[in-house]
Amino acid sequence: MYKILKREDLTPEIHLFEIDAPDVAKKAQAGQFVVIRVDEKGERIPLTIADWNREKGTVTVVFMEVGKTTRKLATVQADESIATFAGPLGLPTHIEKFGTVVCVAGGFAIATIVPIAREMRKAGNKVISIMGFRTKDLVFWEDRLRSVSDELIVTTDDGSYGRKGVVTVPLKELLEGAEKVDLVVAIGPTVMMKFSSLTTQPFGVKTIVSLNPIMVDGTGMCGVCRVSVGDITRFTCVDGPDFDGHKVNWDELMARQRIYLDEEKKSLELWQHSCGRR
Amino acid sequence: MAKLDLNRVPMPKQTAKARVKNFNEVALGYTDEDALAEASRCIQCKKRGCTEGCPVEVDIPEFIAAIRDGDMPEAVRILKSKNALPGICGRVCPQETQCEEVCSLGKKGAPIAIGRLERYVADWELKNQPGSKPEIAPATGKKVAVVGSGPAGLTVAADLAKLGHSVTIFEALHIAGGVLMYGIPEFRMPKDIVQVEVDYVKSLGVELKLDAVIGKISTVDEILEQGFDAVFLGTGAGLPMFLNIPGENYNGIYSANEFLTRTNLMKAYLFPEYDTPIKIGKRVAVIGGGNVAMDAARCSLRLGFEEVYIVYRRSREEMPARLEEVENAEEEGVIFKLLTNPVRFIGDENGWVTAMECIEMELGEPDESGRRRPVPKEGSEFTMDVDVVVVALGTTPNPLVPTTTKGLDTTKKGTVIAEEETGKTTKPGVWAGGDVVTGAATVISAMGAGKRAVASIDAYLRGK
Ligand SMILES: Cc1cc2nc3c(=O)[nH]c(=O)nc-3n(C[C@H](O)[C@H](O)[C@H](O)COP(=O)(O)OP(=O)(O)OC[C@H]3O[C@@H](n4cnc5c(N)ncnc54)[C@H](O)[C@@H]3O)c2cc1C
Ligand SMILES: Cc1cc2nc3c(=O)[nH]c(=O)nc-3n(C[C@H](O)[C@H](O)[C@H](O)COP(=O)(O)OP(=O)(O)OC[C@H]3O[C@@H](n4cnc5c(N)ncnc54)[C@H](O)[C@@H]3O)c2cc1C
Ligand code: SF4
Ligand code: SF4
Ligand code: FES
Repeated sequence: MYKILKREDLTPEIHLFEIDAPDVAKKAQAGQFVVIRVDEKGERIPLTIADWNREKGTVTVVFMEVGKTTRKLATVQADESIATFAGPLGLPTHIEKFGTVVCVAGGFAIATIVPIAREMRKAGNKVISIMGFRTKDLVFWEDRLRSVSDELIVTTDDGSYGRKGVVTVPLKELLEGAEKVDLVVAIGPTVMMKFSSLTTQPFGVKTIVSLNPIMVDGTGMCGVCRVSVGDITRFTCVDGPDFDGHKVNWDELMARQRIYLDEEKKSLELWQHSCGRR
Repeated sequence: MAKLDLNRVPMPKQTAKARVKNFNEVALGYTDEDALAEASRCIQCKKRGCTEGCPVEVDIPEFIAAIRDGDMPEAVRILKSKNALPGICGRVCPQETQCEEVCSLGKKGAPIAIGRLERYVADWELKNQPGSKPEIAPATGKKVAVVGSGPAGLTVAADLAKLGHSVTIFEALHIAGGVLMYGIPEFRMPKDIVQVEVDYVKSLGVELKLDAVIGKISTVDEILEQGFDAVFLGTGAGLPMFLNIPGENYNGIYSANEFLTRTNLMKAYLFPEYDTPIKIGKRVAVIGGGNVAMDAARCSLRLGFEEVYIVYRRSREEMPARLEEVENAEEEGVIFKLLTNPVRFIGDENGWVTAMECIEMELGEPDESGRRRPVPKEGSEFTMDVDVVVVALGTTPNPLVPTTTKGLDTTKKGTVIAEEETGKTTKPGVWAGGDVVTGAATVISAMGAGKRAVASIDAYLRGK
């Protein structure tokens, strides 16, 4: 069992857990993830490592409530425990001095991009970050991302905070601007990663995305996380999660993310009904 | 002596009609009378061919004699002195090609049902003297790390602990047991029984670390640096193979590993009480002809698929699955499409598989495996409507450990190179055994490899 030492509700539907997991903390690197299970009957789902503290032996994850498992996870309080917390899994994000790196993140992935931006900056890069949200109420960790970036641009879809519009608009401006962009790292919902990649492609700027297909074991054993990258089938959990966004078969990924739509819906409804939750 | 009885006592089973509706064990186990009758058929040969046929050399005539004499505690003792997991082997060993194949009675009639008797003894122990423990030698102060908790790892851990060494198992998944938990279905290998065996190993003082993916959480080199004197790799062959034909990533196409892991380890057959879903359609095609394919097909029936096909490119004779499993599958209504090979998958606009284009095959000259090579019949292509496909072509070892361990040599196929007799790898202080060395094989061969490694590791530790 893995104890939640600290819980923070970043928005009504996005939560932060700091978890007691010294072995994972010892090895965690930016871009890696863990597989968690809430309880004995729970499903295994992946969550990205948002932060870690090797001395304290803790690992931080940030998750958004979308279906049964993440909603069930959101009912766990500080001092309570979850059944599984396995990691660090996947390959770390490749960090080196590229020059100017633009980090683009949407929604819960702000938490994921923070350690990547931090490590990129430590490696000597100039880091420009773009963070996008649907609306003002969902904005979180603006300060944190700012503190690890040289520049920060915030967007909201409805214009209630920062610039109005989606992240690809400022991204395109940067690419068209005077300053040479050497690398783009885009993490967030699949559509956002797809359109970020499409935005950078005409400029020939290498774009790293962190894919989020369905997973079970996270160790290369089941193959459910397979994605086509440049026509080669890769297992995201061991060959990724980072891939070249210009080579990913996005339509296939989006189709595969929908495999269990009917079952997920049924499962969530039953659960909400049985415990009277929204 | 009484006249030779050439017919074995049949195993009571759930009827095919009843069992396809549940995940309960198919074979119900011998009653006391059945066991006594079967044990009494054994002629107690001096030559003990049966024992030689067993990879861990169970003293078969002796344990059968104890059953016949009604001394069950003695039967347990004899059996467990050689085989730490009799409740498992009695159920899933391919006895017909091992101990039972060489039983003297087999020349004239049916060999003794050694596996069934072994299971009977294990089940008796569970009911009548649970938690019994062997003697443990005084502590040696030596520490051994076992990576993987399948049959190989469990055997090594149990035997080294009995010899007084301090053992820690590192297991990647959230539960111990390896393929016994995630692959072999409940109706052939009840998970409670596996967990009893795991608890037994823990009761010997073995520490079990779950959720510990070696190669990620620590490398083998780090384990050695952290004060372990030796490492045993029992990481199995868990990497699924695919057909590599067009359309294989359509929704609804599973590796057998995924399909069985969802069903068995994650209990998708109890969805939505358990959270992990599985797609249940009308027609499923399972590609392959081994035990894994049979298990996937039989799970599909129980999950509620209406039509379940096994699609295999050779003929029935070449099918690697155990005869008993093929018969069980047939009885339950699995339809066999033999000499058939898929060439591509066809999907709809939402990315779901809808059909499979296949080609008929015929058998040509024998290939390197000695089996006749299947060759496609030109112009025989046809399509088959399916909504789920399970690819059960086999597995190879997961490269996570080999690629992160300096000096650990592997073959072209990805298996770890280890000496047959000792399990020694090319890296000092590191042993390996089971599927990670042989490629996908059997429970008992993994245990046999574990036993041989124990002898070698123990000698090494004592000389250190
Ligand atoms: C490498 C990786 C890192 C991730 N990191 C984060 C993170 O840091 N924070 C966060 O909020 N989310 C993250 N996700 C997504 C998260 O795993 C899913 O939101 C979660 O599994 C949804 O489960 P659910 O039962 O709540 O929802 P469901 O209703 O079951 O599913 C909603 C959608 O989530 C996806 N999903 C469902 N089951 C799984 C599964 N077992 N594995 C992966 N995706 C699944 C599917 O696309 C599905 O349509 C990550 C995913 C991956 C692959
Ligand atoms: C569906 C199916 C049906 C079968 N039916 C039969 C049968 O009827 N009879 C029979 O004799 N055999 C059968 N087999 C084969 C048999 O199960 C295997 O030969 C046997 O389990 C091999 O044992 P093992 O200990 O080598 O490996 P496994 O049982 O594969 O165990 C390996 C363990 O190591 C863990 N592991 C892997 N990598 C790591 C890592 N990096 N860090 C930590 N842990 C790790 C895995 O999670 C796993 O738990 C079947 C196999 C399958 C898949
Ligand atoms: S362990 Fe397997 S091979 Fe050995 S006696 Fe038992 S059933 Fe036969
Ligand atoms: S060979 Fe058969 S009959 Fe002879 S001792 Fe062994 S089990 Fe009994
Ligand atoms: S999650 Fe199973 S192989 Fe990647």
